[in-house]
Amino acid sequence: MAGLDEDRKNRERADGDSPHSHEMVSIVLHVNGQAHPLPVEPRMTLAEVLRGPLGLKGTKVACDRGACSACTVWLENEVVASCSILAVEVGDRPVTTIEGLTGDRSLHPVQEAFIAHDAVQCGFCTPGLVMSCARLLADNPHPDETDIRTAISGHLCRCGTYPHVLRAILALGKTEGSQHE
Amino acid sequence: MEPFAWRPARTVAEVAEATHTAAAAMLTLQPRPSEGEAVVVKAGGVDLLDLMKEGLLLPRTLLDISLLEELKGISALEDGTLRIGALTTLGEIAASPLIRRRYAALAEAAGSAASPQIRNRATLGGNLLQRPRCWYLRSSAHHCLRKGGGHCFAFSGDHRYHAVLANHGCAIVHPSSLATPLLAFRAELEILSSGGRSHRLPLEDFFVLPEADLHRENILKSGELLAAVHLPPQASSRHSSYLEVSERAAFDWPLAAAAVNLQMDTEGRCQYARVALGAVAPIPWRAVQTEVLLEGEILDAGRVASAAKAGLQGATPLPHNTYKLPLAVALIRRAVLAAAQLADEEGGAH
Repeated sequence: MAGLDEDRKNRERADGDSPHSHEMVSIVLHVNGQAHPLPVEPRMTLAEVLRGPLGLKGTKVACDRGACSACTVWLENEVVASCSILAVEVGDRPVTTIEGLTGDRSLHPVQEAFIAHDAVQCGFCTPGLVMSCARLLADNPHPDETDIRTAISGHLCRCGTYPHVLRAILALGKTEGSQHE
Repeated sequence: MEPFAWRPARTVAEVAEATHTAAAAMLTLQPRPSEGEAVVVKAGGVDLLDLMKEGLLLPRTLLDISLLEELKGISALEDGTLRIGALTTLGEIAASPLIRRRYAALAEAAGSAASPQIRNRATLGGNLLQRPRCWYLRSSAHHCLRKGGGHCFAFSGDHRYHAVLANHGCAIVHPSSLATPLLAFRAELEILSSGGRSHRLPLEDFFVLPEADLHRENILKSGELLAAVHLPPQASSRHSSYLEVSERAAFDWPLAAAAVNLQMDTEGRCQYARVALGAVAPIPWRAVQTEVLLEGEILDAGRVASAAKAGLQGATPLPHNTYKLPLAVALIRRAVLAAAQLADEEGGAH
């Protein structure tokens, strides 16, 4: 396989000279209620722009293939894998990250419930899980176990915190008249 | 990812007029195509970005069609046909009351694919056009037959997820889980070509076996755009069912899947049967023998079991994927019983 790797490296070197290789596009990204004008390369994913130029490191990237959901953010009112979206295609649709969940330094009820039910171990998958659970509760304030399992089905947690996450959100969903937004 | 230019399409006409290359024909480790030859259409981008990150697809320009409203949405046409725009997401299909009521098998397949995050982005068109999941095909270190190399690594290597039917030369399975119910519903594809011309094509004629062409999974040509899927009217007396089995309960491609569309009369006689299988062949597979053994017959557990077995006739499993045969047979049997609204006497154990 060494020959193939060599071929690829040669190709990459040749491409580096192409005049179109690093064309920048000016975009305005609307994140957590703020407009951010910035230049990006078309190949930059939303996750890369959030974590890089915007410095919002709460959004984690693990697999970078849309397969682990660690990078979950809201695009308008939907959960998406920010590693599988190009920043250039977001347009003027608002993005919400873990940093913008409450709009201030306070904790979101989902974060409180994660603490109360010990739903965090190493914490790497936690911001993504919190974004999925907060979205679920915003859409469906009293989810049953199936709803919660479906909502978090895309998330990989190698510490195995799933039962605690389930308990945290079930408990939160049972809170009478709770407002989760 | 390698650098590329990004061009958002504003109108369908603009895409129809643009020169672009069918991603179907591009998966390769050959030198990168020259300028102008490598404009690739991007919809949800889920599979496309995966391939680009792996270095298997190296477009010069992405023509982004993801904002074209004309290609979105679900609408009932005057003749009762249901038109689903190619940019409709799997999440929208799974949640559509109309599809859940009339084409339940399709809603079921869409709702069990990938994760909520992916279902919010992945489109119907992209699901049908995604490239196979064969791990040798997906690995830039393996110069396999489908990528223009001289060897299929699956036959001598690990082929536990590969095809058991029509697997000569290349043993990929078709990765689309929506194609399975769409085949059972006799769906048609609406394809736009340059000059704004459009034509319709049965989904059954869209996919390509390795023995016909090793390098592509479908006949979509460069310059053509998959615009919509049309589902023929479905009488309320017809019932459908979709079942799949995967190793993981969440976010996994099926090991095998079955979609069934049945019409029963009041005496319990099957008047119409259409049965399709997923993840067992390089194309979505129609189980014609099963259909023949069901149609015109009074269905009971024994009849359904023998018809299900016939669906895998002619299978040529590889040493490590023979398990797919009983799996697929069981899925057909259960899906037929469910669509016929008959009790499954063998229960959940088989």
